[in-house]
Amino acid sequence: MAVFAELSRQGKQMAAHRPCPRILVEEEAWRAAAAVLAEGKLTLLGLWGDGQAVHMALLEDGPDEDPGKFSSTRCETLVLTLACPLGSFPSVGAVHAPAIRLERAIRDLFALIPRGLPDERPWLDHGRWRLEHPLSSTPGERLKPAPVAYPFLPAEGEGLHQIPVGPVHAGIIEPGHFRFNASGETVVRLEERLGYTHKGIESLMAGASLETAACLAGRVSGDSTVAYSLAFAQAVEAALDLSVPPRAVYLRALMAELERLANHLGDIGAICNDAAFAMMLAQCGVLRERVLRAAHEVFGHRLMMDRILPGGVTVDLTPAGATRIRELLASIRAVFPALADLYDKTASLQDRTSGTGIVAPALACRFGAGGYIGRASGRSFDTRRHLAYPPYDTLAFEVPTFFEGDVNARIWVRIREAEQSLSLIEQSLDNLPRDNLARDDRLQVSVTDIGETREGLALVEGFRGDILVSVRIDAGGRIERCHLRDPSWFQWPLLEVAIEGNIVADFPLCNKSFNCSYSGPDM
Amino acid sequence: MVLIADLAVQGTEMLLVLCLAPLLTGFVRKVKAHLLRRRGPSLIQPYRDLLRLLRKEVVLADNASWLFCAIPYLIFAATWVAASLVPTFATGLLFSWSADLIAITALLGSARFFLALAGLDAGTSFGGIGASREMMVATLAEPAMLMIVFTLALLAGSTQLSNLAGFMLSPQIGLRVSLGLALVALLMVALAENGRIPIDNPATHLELTMVHEAMVLEYSGRHLALIELAASLKLLLTLSLIVCVFIPWGLSPAGSGVAERFIGIAVYLLKLVLGGFLLALFETSIAKMRVFRVPQFLGAALMLGLLGTLLLFVSRSL
Repeated sequence: MAVFAELSRQGKQMAAHRPCPRILVEEEAWRAAAAVLAEGKLTLLGLWGDGQAVHMALLEDGPDEDPGKFSSTRCETLVLTLACPLGSFPSVGAVHAPAIRLERAIRDLFALIPRGLPDERPWLDHGRWRLEHPLSSTPGERLKPAPVAYPFLPAEGEGLHQIPVGPVHAGIIEPGHFRFNASGETVVRLEERLGYTHKGIESLMAGASLETAACLAGRVSGDSTVAYSLAFAQAVEAALDLSVPPRAVYLRALMAELERLANHLGDIGAICNDAAFAMMLAQCGVLRERVLRAAHEVFGHRLMMDRILPGGVTVDLTPAGATRIRELLASIRAVFPALADLYDKTASLQDRTSGTGIVAPALACRFGAGGYIGRASGRSFDTRRHLAYPPYDTLAFEVPTFFEGDVNARIWVRIREAEQSLSLIEQSLDNLPRDNLARDDRLQVSVTDIGETREGLALVEGFRGDILVSVRIDAGGRIERCHLRDPSWFQWPLLEVAIEGNIVADFPLCNKSFNCSYSGPDM
Repeated sequence: MVLIADLAVQGTEMLLVLCLAPLLTGFVRKVKAHLLRRRGPSLIQPYRDLLRLLRKEVVLADNASWLFCAIPYLIFAATWVAASLVPTFATGLLFSWSADLIAITALLGSARFFLALAGLDAGTSFGGIGASREMMVATLAEPAMLMIVFTLALLAGSTQLSNLAGFMLSPQIGLRVSLGLALVALLMVALAENGRIPIDNPATHLELTMVHEAMVLEYSGRHLALIELAASLKLLLTLSLIVCVFIPWGLSPAGSGVAERFIGIAVYLLKLVLGGFLLALFETSIAKMRVFRVPQFLGAALMLGLLGTLLLFVSRSL
C-alpha cells in the first residue's frame, strides 16, 4: 500500500474515523492524490462536500497487480479531507474525468468551487429549487425558481442531427434526459442530463435521528433498498464500534442476496425484452415475482425496505420462513438454467447483444465501475470479496468476470451472479446461527449518549455495484453529515462511451444492460 | 338482379374485412400472450380501443399542416380499398377486374408514402426517424413485392388475384421452385410491410427503436383510431393475400349460392386463425433484428423474388 502510506505521511490522521483512516491534507497532497488517480494507481470511490471541506475516498489495490484483476484481501480504502476556508479546492476532475460530475454536484450543493474544473455547467441544480447551494453554510434563497437553459456539448459535422429523449419516457421508468447527436442512425455523441429526481436526502439526513436516517437511506434508490440500509447500518456501526449479533449478520446477507437475485432476474428479462424477445421477460418476470412474494411472506415487505437498522435487523426468520426460502430456491433452480440456455441459443437475440455497447476494460478500471458493468469489462472488484464484510468472509462464492464488455457480457455476469446468489442464500440459511438472544438484543442498540463525534465509512455491494456511505454522528447520537454515493455515479458516464458508434436503435438495449439508477446519483 | 347479388357479396366482403381486421389483431395479441404464459387482453380489446380513440379529443401539434389531418383518412381509404380487392372468401366479385396485384401494391405504397409524410409533418425527431426507417424498408420491400408479382404473373399469365387463385387451383400448376421462392419472399415482405418482429415491434414503448409507431406518435383521437384500423386492415390484407394465392382452396367461385358463400367464409376464417397463430408463434420465437440488418433481410426477399422470376425465363416448368 505504497501510495496510501505516502499520502498518509503528507497529512494529519483524524482520530474518530473508522474503519479506514481519514487524513487531513493540504492542497499539495490533494493535487498529488489527483495525479495518482489520473495515473490509474488508485480508484476514486467518492468525492463529497462537507460544510467548508471536501472529502475524497480512495481505493488502492495491492502492488504489482494488473489493474483489472483485484487480488483478494489486499484492497484498502483511505479518505482524504481538504479544508476549503476560501470556498474553493483544486479540481480532481481536471485531471481525472470520473470526478467531474461529483465536483459539479459539490458546486451545486455546497457552493465550493472546484478550481480548474473544465465543465462550468450545473449538474443537480436545474434552477428549479427554492434554495441556492442548499448544503452550504449560508444557502441563498432563489426568488424565482425557473428552469435555466442548459447548453449541451456540441457535435459538429455535416448531416448531424439531434434527438432529444426524455426526461419523461414512454415506459414506466425514472426521468432523465438523453441528448443524441446522430449521423443518420449512428450515434456520434450522447450526453446525459440527470438530476430530475433530486430529493435532498443529504439535507434531510442532517440533524436526523439514527432511525429517521436509516429510513431515509433505505429510500435513496428503491430497488437497492436493502443494500443502502445495509451500507448505512455498517457505516454507523463502524462509527460507533457496534458489533452486530451473528444471526443478524447472516439475515442481512440473506436479504441482500434476495434483492440481488430479484433485480438480476428482472434485468435479464428486461434486456431481452428491449430486443423484442418478450419470452424472457415473461419467464424472468415470473421468477422475480416469486422472489418478491417470498420476501413479502418471510420478511413482511416485497423489497425488504426498513428491515435492516444500525445494530441489527428488525425481523427474524422463522423456521417456516426458512422452508419457504428453500422452496423458492428449488423452484428457481428448476427453471433458471433452461432460461439461460434459451438466451444462449436464441441466435436472433445473440445477434443483438453480442458486440453491442462495448465498454473498454481500461475505461471500466479508470472510472472504477462496479457491479456487472465493471465485471463485464474485466474489472473483477467486488466489495464482498475485496473489502469483505461479514458474513461474506466466511461464505464461498465466485466473482464472475467477463472481458468482452458488451451487452452480452453484462447479461452473462447477471446470470452467473444470480446463480452465485442462489448459493449464497442457501449458505446463509445453512450457517444461520440458532442463537436464542432476546429479540431486543438482536437489533436494538443504545445510541443515546455517545459523548463525542464519531465518523464511519462503509462500502457494500448492491446489485449495481459498490455503495459508499460516509457518516458523521454528533455527541447526541444525531446525524451531522451523511453522504451516500450510488454506484451509478461512475457508470452513467460509461454509457455515453458505450453507445458511441452504435446505432440509435440499440440505445435502449445498452441502457437496459447498464440499468443505472436515476434516483441514487440524483440524491 | 345479378348485379344486386354481386353488389351484396362485394359489400359483404368489404364489411367483413373491416369488421374482422381488429379481431385478427386481437387474436394475434391473445395468442402471443398465451405463449408467454400471460392471460392477455380480451379478443375484442382492439374494438374497445378504437371506440375509445374515436370518442377522444384530437390533439394537434402546433406546427401540423392540413396534410397531417387529411392523411389518416387517405391511409384508411387506400388500405380499405386494397383490402377489399383481395378475394377473401369468394372469387369473381364485382370489383374483381380491378383486383390487380400491382394495384394493391400501389395502394399500399401510397398509404405508406402519406404516412411517412405525416411523420415528417409535425417536425419531431422521432417522426423523422420513423419516416426515414420506413422509407428504407419501403425501398427494398416494394421492389421485392413487385418481383413476387412478376413471378406469379408469369406463371398465371395474369396479375388479377381471382385468375391467380383459379390458376393455383388448376391441375396444371404442379410443384414449382419459383412458387416456393415467391412464397418465402412474400412472407418476408409481409413481415416488413406490417411492421412485425423481427423488423419492427408493434408492442414497443421504446421511442428510439420504433418504425411505424414513431411516425404515428403525434396522432391522437379519431386520427389515431383510423391509423390503427388501417394497420389492422393491412395485416388482414397481407394474410388474405398469402392464403388467397398459396392456399386458395375453399374460395367460393363466382355465381355460387348462399350456402357456398358461407362455407367460403368459414374456410377463410379458419385460414386466418391458422395464419394468425403462426405469426404469433414466429414473433414469440425471435428477437427484433438490428435496423441495419433489415436491408439484408429484405434484400434476400428481393433476390428470392428475382430468382423466381428468372427461373421462369429459364424454364416454364420450374
